[in-house]
Amino acid sequence: MKMQISNDLRKIKKKILNGERLTRDEGITLFNCNEFAWLGSLADEVRKRMSDDLVYYNVNCHVNLTNICTARCKFCAFGRDEKSDGAYAMTIEQVINLINDALKDPNMSGLHIVSGLHPTWKFEDYLEIIKTIHEKFPELYIKGFTGVEITHFAKISGRSVENILTELIDAGLQAIAGGGAEILSDRVRNLLCPKKATAEEWLNVARTAHNLGLKTNASMLYGHIETIEERVDHLIKLRELQDETGGFQTFIPFPFLPKNTELGKNFKQTSMWDDLRTIAVSRLMLDNIKNIKAYWVMLTVPVAQVALNFGANDIDGTIHKETILHDAGASSPTNLAEDEIIKIIHEIGRVPAACDCNYNILRIIE
Amino acid sequence: MKNILQTARKKAENLERINFDEALALYKENDLLLLGRTARKIKESKSGKKIFYIVNRHINLTNICSSNCPLCAFQCQSGDNRGYTLELDEIDNILQDFSKVENLSEIHVVSAIHPEKNFSYYLDVIKKIKNFFPSVSINAFTPAEIFNFAKTEKKSFAEILTTLKNFGVDTLPGGGAEIFSPRVREIICPKKLSGGDWLEIMETAHKIGMKTNASILYGHVETVEERIEHLIKLRELQDKTNGFQAMLLFPFFPKNTELGEKFNIRQVGAWENLKMLALSRIVLDNFDHFKAFWVMLTLPVAQLALSFGADDLDGTIGEEKIIHAAGAKGDSVMTVGTLREIISEVGYIPTMRNSFYN
Repeated sequence: MKMQISNDLRKIKKKILNGERLTRDEGITLFNCNEFAWLGSLADEVRKRMSDDLVYYNVNCHVNLTNICTARCKFCAFGRDEKSDGAYAMTIEQVINLINDALKDPNMSGLHIVSGLHPTWKFEDYLEIIKTIHEKFPELYIKGFTGVEITHFAKISGRSVENILTELIDAGLQAIAGGGAEILSDRVRNLLCPKKATAEEWLNVARTAHNLGLKTNASMLYGHIETIEERVDHLIKLRELQDETGGFQTFIPFPFLPKNTELGKNFKQTSMWDDLRTIAVSRLMLDNIKNIKAYWVMLTVPVAQVALNFGANDIDGTIHKETILHDAGASSPTNLAEDEIIKIIHEIGRVPAACDCNYNILRIIE
Repeated sequence: MKNILQTARKKAENLERINFDEALALYKENDLLLLGRTARKIKESKSGKKIFYIVNRHINLTNICSSNCPLCAFQCQSGDNRGYTLELDEIDNILQDFSKVENLSEIHVVSAIHPEKNFSYYLDVIKKIKNFFPSVSINAFTPAEIFNFAKTEKKSFAEILTTLKNFGVDTLPGGGAEIFSPRVREIICPKKLSGGDWLEIMETAHKIGMKTNASILYGHVETVEERIEHLIKLRELQDKTNGFQAMLLFPFFPKNTELGEKFNIRQVGAWENLKMLALSRIVLDNFDHFKAFWVMLTLPVAQLALSFGADDLDGTIGEEKIIHAAGAKGDSVMTVGTLREIISEVGYIPTMRNSFYN
């Protein structure tokens, strides 16, 4: 018995197996197809071709300097006004204490630093934090700031994005985080996050960083007001920039977590089915980005494990203590033991590889 | 080994029956999506684009149990302050409550092996339900309970089952099968009926015209070989009687169980659950239906299961006690609207069924 699939899908499959690029229409067709395991198999095939059987993860620590934020995006449960309950801004001593605490794990190798857009902090304050961390912990890699934060730094300091990035690189920054891309559509951004970087500004930070040799990640926040077409257009925008620069390391699809957000009143959380098909279609559309991350904090650990069969080859890290998404009701734990990460990767017959923020392999666990 | 795998893959893709060694090879190969694609194909050859659900309610009459299986978090001994037993007047209240449920088509009655309640109590319960809801089907008593009735009444399985049938029990649930291997039963449920007795009771029920379900409980101390042997025993009986309607896969919930603590068992994840579902769908080629039991799997995984060979989301349930005692996270009430929504999202057709898949 032959697989009951349409001619359209058969044609797409042939293109994928030949390594040909998929069009916008084909991306939309894939999103709308219900052949779930078929879709996953194709994404898995491409994953094998692009990155063998390794699954990357970090032993890392998240640092969220402040939740006080001027952008106050409608999908965010983390950001607060300065005078609100639960608002905080860390001092440099607190940051150092947090890192020292995370360093109780001898394998801890780096930091992920993303934060709110603080109304009164200056760029120099952020710069000083990076400098201090780098001087005190030169062995730790530092991945920090999203395109939104970099755009904000440029605005408040009156400097160019290039200038901001150059200073941060000199201070010790080694990669830019992938957040803040949301959906790269002016329609969606005007409705959900009008007070932060536009799509063009976000892409411009990535482009500038890549030109300076600084690698960045990319992401997509889906499962809210966006259409399937806007998801596909988003992927294509990233793919086009990647053709130009080659500087994106990883793509991370973020399902919208509605709890405690202004926008969330009208939305249910995405289904696991939507999460997995989004990972798979992203793997198939982004033929020039090597890694796809199954971010377990949002997906939960069991879904992230299944996602490794739907095109993902990175499961993020141990994190130490996640706060941004747990404010939005994430049901996953706030950290994950390295042993657990290794176990779920081995269970599906793949090979765990601890890496730094630039995918340099630190250890392979056979 | 390589040859076996190739044969297994080929047979699976052509929807041919696979043997023990081939099933084991497919399990070990770990190709989740090959299993998923194949299982979906089998599902569609049996039930097309339909996904079934039922409007049902569960009643768990008592949790006081003389079996005390280490696998169970629901049971307790008499005298325990968690213990409860529903008396007939309490059942009246429950049925009153159920009468508000629109389109109710099945009541599911499964309980512990109470040390003192005798057969007449259970018959009274069935009589009550039947009087209250003459047109609602009753899916009641696992073989573990039937075995107990036969023992206490000193009657044959056939006599007990015939009596129950005459009182209005329509179908038997699939529970109590666990893993048939005596080695495993000695560890997980030493005082429960044997695998042979379970199969004999089901065979007897089928012979007198009662349809039943079947199940497997996996993810504890059993080996993969023992899982597959279990499936093949079910397949053999089905060849003989064709009396099984649906297969249920129960992942073991270690929380609050003696077994979980003693062996420090980690709960199996979505990946393993989907893999077992798909493999079972391939092995049990003579079963028409596979349930994605959302109480155990959680709703999001149950939805995925629909793409891995399941064609039945079970029901709306009401208050589920047994699995929630072991830390199940799935809600215990589900609206028809939610069930229909998740079926439609994956491109299938929500189909309300009765106890006989009509």
